[in-house]
Formats: sequence, structure tokens, C-alpha cells
Amino acid sequence: MTNSAFIYDAVRTPRSKGKKDGSLYSVKPIDLGAGLLRELEARHDLDTSYVDDVIMGCVSPVGEQGSCIGKMIVMNAGWDESVPGFQLDRFCASGLEAINLAAQKVASGWEDLVVAGGVESMSRVPMGSNGGPMANDAAFSLKTRFVPQGIGADTIATLEGYSRDDVDAFAVQSQQRAAHARDNGWFDKSVVPVRDLNGQLILERDDFIKPDTTQEILAGLKPSFAEMGKYGFDDIVISKYTTLDKVDHVHTPGNSSGIVDGAAAVLVGSEKAGKDLGLTPRARVVATAVLACDPIIMLIGPGPAAKKALRKAGLKKEDIDLWEINEAFASVAMRYMKDLDIDAEITNVNGGAIAMGHPLGATGAIVLGTVLDELERRDLKRAMVSLCIGGGMGISTIIERV
Amino acid sequence: MGVFNYENENDGIVTVTMDMNGPVNSMTAEYHEAMSETVEKLESEDGLTGVVFASAKKTFFAGGDLNGLLAFEPGNEAEVMSRLAKTKDEFRRLEKLPVPVVAAINGAALGGGYEICLACNHRIALNHKSVQVGLPEVTLGLLPGAGGVVRMVNLLGIEAALPFLLEGKRVAPGPAMKAGMIDATVDSLEDLLPAAKAYILDNKGNEEAATQPWDRKGFRIPGGKVNSPKLAQLAVMAPPMLKQKTRGLLPAPEKILDVAYQAALIDFDTALTVESRDFAYLVGTPVAKNMITTFFFQLNKVNGGASRPQGIEPRAVRKVGILGAGMMGQGIAYVSAMSGIEVVLKDVSVEAAEKGKAYSEKLLDKRIARGRADEAKKAAVLGLIHPTDDDTDLEGCDLIIEAVFENLELKNKITKSTEQYLSADGVWGSNTSTLPITMLAEASSKPENFIGIHFFSPVDKMPLVEIICGEKTNDETLARAFDYTQQIRKTPIVVNDSLGFFTSRTFGSYVDEGVRLLHEGVHPVRIDNLGKAVGMPVGPLAVHDETSLELTRKITETWDGMGEVDKWGERDAQREVISTMVGEHGRGGRYHGGGFYEYGDDGTKQIWPKLYDLYYKPDFEISADDIKDRILFRQVVETLKCLETNVLRNVPDGNIGSIMGIGAPPWTGGFIQFVNTYGLERFVERCSELAEKFGSRFEAPAIVQSKIASGELFT
Repeated sequence: MTNSAFIYDAVRTPRSKGKKDGSLYSVKPIDLGAGLLRELEARHDLDTSYVDDVIMGCVSPVGEQGSCIGKMIVMNAGWDESVPGFQLDRFCASGLEAINLAAQKVASGWEDLVVAGGVESMSRVPMGSNGGPMANDAAFSLKTRFVPQGIGADTIATLEGYSRDDVDAFAVQSQQRAAHARDNGWFDKSVVPVRDLNGQLILERDDFIKPDTTQEILAGLKPSFAEMGKYGFDDIVISKYTTLDKVDHVHTPGNSSGIVDGAAAVLVGSEKAGKDLGLTPRARVVATAVLACDPIIMLIGPGPAAKKALRKAGLKKEDIDLWEINEAFASVAMRYMKDLDIDAEITNVNGGAIAMGHPLGATGAIVLGTVLDELERRDLKRAMVSLCIGGGMGISTIIERV
Repeated sequence: MGVFNYENENDGIVTVTMDMNGPVNSMTAEYHEAMSETVEKLESEDGLTGVVFASAKKTFFAGGDLNGLLAFEPGNEAEVMSRLAKTKDEFRRLEKLPVPVVAAINGAALGGGYEICLACNHRIALNHKSVQVGLPEVTLGLLPGAGGVVRMVNLLGIEAALPFLLEGKRVAPGPAMKAGMIDATVDSLEDLLPAAKAYILDNKGNEEAATQPWDRKGFRIPGGKVNSPKLAQLAVMAPPMLKQKTRGLLPAPEKILDVAYQAALIDFDTALTVESRDFAYLVGTPVAKNMITTFFFQLNKVNGGASRPQGIEPRAVRKVGILGAGMMGQGIAYVSAMSGIEVVLKDVSVEAAEKGKAYSEKLLDKRIARGRADEAKKAAVLGLIHPTDDDTDLEGCDLIIEAVFENLELKNKITKSTEQYLSADGVWGSNTSTLPITMLAEASSKPENFIGIHFFSPVDKMPLVEIICGEKTNDETLARAFDYTQQIRKTPIVVNDSLGFFTSRTFGSYVDEGVRLLHEGVHPVRIDNLGKAVGMPVGPLAVHDETSLELTRKITETWDGMGEVDKWGERDAQREVISTMVGEHGRGGRYHGGGFYEYGDDGTKQIWPKLYDLYYKPDFEISADDIKDRILFRQVVETLKCLETNVLRNVPDGNIGSIMGIGAPPWTGGFIQFVNTYGLERFVERCSELAEKFGSRFEAPAIVQSKIASGELFT
């Protein structure tokens, strides 16, 4: 690689329930994104005309999130008219894919400064608004034996023998860790309060976390996917995983990622960009990896992706100090730890999407920023960020403080 | 117009009466010529007021030309497409005539017949039980290719249309009217044409009546397009629900779903083209060939009496005696009484016989609850069943069916003590499933009147009866057993006597292969899942639990006792498993409190945990394809052996018997037809592979080689 891709900064909005009664429902997606660009500009007194590109991950890029929302956010932020922008979609990994792509642009030497992140207002543009062949094209579903992700997550639990108690315990821990980190101000460095046009505060900190969650409360929730499973999806799983006689439906809203609104933006650049603009790098992107596995179970890509990233980086798992796996579902994170043989003590140390929510297109960038903050707080060196992705894909990024 | 009689009356109404050569109207070359000329002439009419399509046959129109379709070979798609394009073009031109076109449906209008009706502006049907409309193509592995899918979706909306398209149900006028498949009914045939003409006259000048809904300005599909939020759930849930039924083994319903989906999304004429493409694909699939061959041609042969001796007057049974009021006896009593036959149901006590009769009462109550019978019918049917413990009540029976336990001595004793009550030329039928008929007939003073009438459980639901001729059974007896079977509305197949006959023997090979896989160390859940993946209704271990391991033990003991040890091949694994399961662990099967599975009170079941300790070897490797082929080929080979040794008298009986009696997957068209489309050479090769890996029981019987040598298929 010719150049190092440095991370100069990472900011994100607080997350809030992605429904009409969520705190961010009144905020347009372009405003969520633009607020972060303006924050980067303000923090670093950034000459925005220096920015080569802005990449925004977004999974439902229609309606208010349509028309190439990356560029729309740039324009909405009032950045220099020379700055381009675009939106990309790699399902739930879009936010991290944006960073990986930015790192590759910079590493190639063809660009010097790229803003990468993501935006998803799930309250205003509900999940699935964009349709698409997955789940909606009957013939394609039949051909590919499509099952919804939640059933894939339940299948992982069934195959691995994770009981309802196991996944609920994982969820309780996520809530406790997230609440503890937030309440101690560990997120404050990067969480940028969302304000209205008059500068009035709309939301200061994550308000989706439910710190009072207990195992007992979670045990009372109804499995989300049992009914769907009964209508044939379980049989489709069994047609592939033939030693199963049933699928245990252990996932509920309590141990799955929450539907929230949120956005993130990460400033990725070359050494030259740092020098030119007087920026200090916080970390560098060491390696990126993306791959795909069985699309039916859909969610087992992160482990293999992390291994691929380690190979590319020439590192061992012992070289990684902190691990982040997107908590799409509890079983996904548990399976990831098992695949890599890593300890829960160094994985998702400040909780994850079960507690704080998963604004689809933004999450990858949010998680990367969160773990970077924590590396600095603990004065550690390297972290791995991984997410499961629709269609059976997995993605990973290794960052290293400099 | 040749076979379409074209009458133009003074009022400007043209009546086209379809009267093709042969017993029915269907989409042959003759049709295409007649329809094309008719449409052309209609288009050039001056002063046309309306058009009526009518039939001179008992049925309105029978549908596609299945012989032609069966002859199709992949590679000829373009030809199929152009023929469909022509058919569809004619329909479109009919639809675009500036006057109402009315279908006067006097009889069954199925498949292509109903597609003609759909291309008419208005459908009037005679309200009579002989009239049915619908699109049964899916049951033959096809889709309605003459616009049926696209028009049904545009007419009813995708949600309402799908059940008719995916299930292929034949619909009576009443329900068809309710569903919107027809627009009006008349009560007598005389009223049909006048009603059609009256509709035309009433709508003179009414542009809407002359325009199909989908050709009207601002037309919207009922229920909306498939990508509307309202239908989102349908798009997501329809595939798994379908797959649950077909297990991915039937391409036709999948293609129907796809065409319907597109018809509810894109422009009407483009959807018609998509429909043709998928039809041209389906018609070339082995599944379509299998299903057309077996479910149409061979089933017609079987039901048409191909296995019934010729020249013997048909005769109905008047009074049947049933010996033994257990599960089988009570079912036979029910189906007999339902067909109006007087039944003497005999058991060792009146109480036991009454209990057997109560079964009929229960089934009739269910029918009443579902609106399929009334109290009068119930009283009439129950009135026909006479429960008794007295042999003399059997006096005058023209048929006695013995349905007691599978015990040779008991059966012989009963034959000897009871056959005196049979009318002079009465038939004695044994419902044995395992004991040779020739041997049982030895107890009879008239072995020529002795025959096997093998029912399947539950008798009221299972459509098949296997008739077994003993060595001395005469043609007269066979004909009468055959007629009785048809009298009780079941499908008879006829086989020659041999240990296990055809169905029990072949079914035995299925459960044996399941037990072997278990014995080798395959995960038991995997065995049953892959059995189902092949298309068997229930996995081999689960079904073994149902028929009971104890029964297997008993049959083996009986056959051993008769000196027929391992008659159809060694059963070492089965002997070991049965002895361990039943002998050591008391796992006799579901009825005996559990077998391979344990059963919860709530209807759930799971593998008996100890089974894993006994047999499961996690390191034992075998591919899913090998397991599936072992399960399927084992039964196919056994069936071919039955054909080779004349246990099966013909191919149709083997195919229909395997489907209806053993649960052969419908996609195969039966265990013999399967070989035709799998390819005979390829079949022999795969058999050799399996034989080499897993044992000589998979070697292809010589009959396959001889068919290859003579260049024939199994027909």
C-alpha cells in the first residue's frame, strides 16, 4: 500500500427510538448528517474544499434518504460546492463499508481526504421502504431459500445450543455496559448533540438504553420470529441444516438490536492531508475485509471476515485489544466470540446495538468511533470491528492507534 | 369455420358453437385453425351486436392437448412460444371486439377451456353439478399458459387468484360465482343461450360491457400491485408457505407464483409473454412429463378398468359382510355404507361391533359440522350398518371382507366357519397386508372366489385399494372386487400374489433403508429430514414409528415361521435395530408409547434421546445426495423387481399404487415413471454406484437393461 489511511476524527449523533415517539423523529435525515459535517468542520476549522469525497452508508435510500443522500448532506451542511458525495448500500455494514472504501481511496493515493459514515432515520424512512428482491420477489425467495434474518439468528442459537437464558443474559450485559459508559461520559467526546435550526437542543445523549433491564423482564417477552417460522421459514432452514428437527425461537425485541435513528461521520485522510490541514491522526486503518457465507442463515459472516482481516494484516487474534461485533442479535455476537475464541471481557466493552440501537446504514461507522474512543480511554492499541450483513456477508476492519 | 359452428342471427349476435371432432373440445391443431378463422370473421362483421361462445359437447371445453405437450422436448421452446403467442393474440382480439363476448358455460370448462371463458367479457354458467370451472394445470406440473394466470390476477387480484392457481381446484358454479370467476348462472340448459343473448341485448352500446376490466382506462388490479405496502406481507410469506407444501420439488407452483407476481406488477401484454416463457420452461421439465403421464393418462387407464378382466358384466355389491370391527373393519364399513351398500359389521361381541359402527357416526358428525352432510344422510348411512356378533346375520352377503388380526390360524378358522353364509356366487376378500392370498385361500372351499382386498389406513381417507389375485382366483372374482372398489369410489390396482404384495413390500424397503442409515450411524433427524426432502410424506423413521416397530417384529416373525426368511434380501440391520428397540428397550412405536421418537401430549415429538447413544456416529460421513438416493432408489428398485416378476401386472398400476399407497413423491410420477425421465442409462449407472458403495440391493433389475436394449420406456 502506498499510503496510510489515518482516522483524524469520528463523530456520531446520539441514538433514539426509530419510531414516531422517538426523540429524533422530527429531524430529517439530511439534517442528522449535516449536523455531523458541520461539527467536523467546526472542530478542525476544516477547509471543506479540501475534501475529495463524502461517502454515506444508507440502507433505505428512498424518499427522504433518496437522491444520492451523501451529496445532499454535503449541500445541506453548506460545504464548499466543489465537494462531491454519494450514498452506498451494503446493508447493515454500509457505515463500515464507507470507511473501508474511504481508507482504500486514501491508501491508493488517489484521494487525500474523505468523510465516511452513514445515516438512517428509521422513524421517517422505515426499514424495507426500498423494497428489493430480497424477501419481496417471490421467485427469488424460492430460488435462494430466503429466510428473514431473525430466523437466521434463531438458527444460530439452535445450532450452537444458546438457550433463551443465554441470549437474554447477553442482552442484560449489553444494557448494563452501555448505561455505565454513557453515564460516565465515555461517549461524550464523540456524541454530538442534535440541535434544531435555532440551536435549541433536541437530543444530547443516547436515550434508547434501558439500564433497568433484567433477565426477568426479558424472559417475559414473546419470541419475535416463532410465528413466521411456523409458516414455512423453519422448514426452509431445516432443508439446509438437516440435523435440526426444529428451530428454537429465542430472539425477542429485548435481545435483538433496536430500531433507532442515528448518523455518524469519520474523517479519513492521508498523512499529507493531516500536514496540509494541521490535523493530528488518532488511528489508522490497518486492514479491511469483506466476504460472504451461507445466505440462508445469513449472519455468520463476521467471524470469517475478522479472520480474513487478521490474515491481510499479518496479525494474530492476540494482537487485538478490543473487539466490536454489531449486536444485530445476541446469537450473532455470541457466535462471533466463539468463532474467534475471544473473551467477552474485551468484546463490546461498552455495550452494543441491543442497548443503543442499530441505525442500519450508520452503525458500522458508529461502532468504529465508539471503539476508538475506548482504545484511547484505556490506552490500548488495536481494535477489530465486525458486522453481519444481509445476504450472508460479513465485514471487518482493524484499526490501530498512532 | 369447420368445427366451430358460426351462426349470425338477425339481431347481430353471432353464436359460435364449438363442436370439434372427438368426444370433447380441446386445444388441438383443429382448434387453432377454427379459432383463428372465427376471430378473423368476427372482426370483419358489420353490425355485430355481440358474440356467444357455446359448446355442442357435454363439457364446454376440455383444455390443452396433453398428448402434444407430452411430446415436447427441450429445445422446442420457440415453437411453444409462437403457438402460445398466436392463441393469446386471438384471445386479445376477441377481448378487443367492440361488442360483448359471452361464454355460455354448459359443462366443465377447465384449463384452456376456462381460459377461453376468461377472454370473454361475461361468463354465464349452468348451475349444475356437472359444471366446473378452474385451472388445474398445476396438478399436471404446468401453468395455465393461455393467459390464465395473468387474467385471473387481473380479474381477482393476486391474493384472491393465487389459491385457484396454486391448488388447481375445480370450482362449482356457486362458489365460482362468489369468487368472481363467473358472472351469472342459469338453472336450466334451455335458459343458457337466451340468457347470454339477453345480456348482449341489455348492454347494447355499453362500452364497458364490451371492454375487459384490464383494458379500461384507469384500471387498477383489485387489491393493488404486488409492491404495494398492503401486499408486502404476501410477497414475503407466500414463498415459505408454498415451499412448506412442495418442499421445493414442484417447479409449476413456483413459476405460477412468479408469473402471478409479475402480472400484478407489469403491463398486461408483457405479463402474457412472461407467462408463455414460464410455460415453455415447465412443459419441458421431467416433473411435468411425470405428472401428465401418471396423473392424467395412467390414472385414466387405471380408473378406466385396464386391469379389469374384459367381458364380465359389471355388478354392484348389495350386501357386504365385514369381519372384525377394528380400525380397518370400521373404515371399510363406513366407505361401503357411504356408497349405499348394506353392511353387516361382525365382531366377537355386539359391543365391539357397535364400537366399530360408532366410528361411522363420528365421521358423519364431522361431515355435518363441515356442511358436507345432513342428519338425514347420517341416519340413512348408519341405517345401513348392522353391528352383530352373530355369523348367521351374514347370510346372503355377496361379498365378505375379512379384516381380523394378521394371524394365519385365526383367519383360516374364520374362513372355514363363515364362508357358508356367503351367497352362492359370493366373493371372499381378505384385507391382509402381509399374508399370501394363495395360502389363505387353501382354507376356502372355493379358492377361485377368494381374493385379497388390501385397504390402506385410514380407510376413509386413503384413495387406493390393492387387489391381490391368488393362484386360483378367477377373473369373475377379480372383476367383482374391482367393481366393488370403484363402487366405494376408490382406485383399484391389481397385483399378483407374492409375499408383501406390491405396496407392503416396497414400503418395507423404505423403512428398511431408514433403519440401515440409522444403524450405520447417520443422525436420525437427518434421515427423516432427507426422506422428506426427497418428497416422501413422512421420514422413514417417523413412519416406522407410526406403522409400529412391533408390527415389523411380528411380520418378520411370521415370515420366518413360514420359512420365508429374508425373502426380499437380508435384513440384518433391521433385525438388530428391532431387537434392540423393541426387545431391549420396549420401544414398539408410537402406538406402543414411543419408538424412535418420544411423543408429547401436545402432539410434539422429538427423537428418543437414547437413540443417539445407541446408533449416532458423529464422524460417520455420507452425503445428503447419497442418503436421498438411497431412500428413493431403494423403493424404485423394489418396484421394478415387482414389475419384472409380474407381481405388478402393468406400469400404470405400479405408478398409481406407489403414489397413492406408498406415498411416492408426486414429482416422480410414481416409482416406475421416475426412471423414464431420470434416464434409463443414467439410472443403471447411479444404481451401480450405489450398489458399489452401499450394497447389491441397489443393483438395477435386468428389466431396465432389456428396456434399454429395446429402446423403450416403461409404459
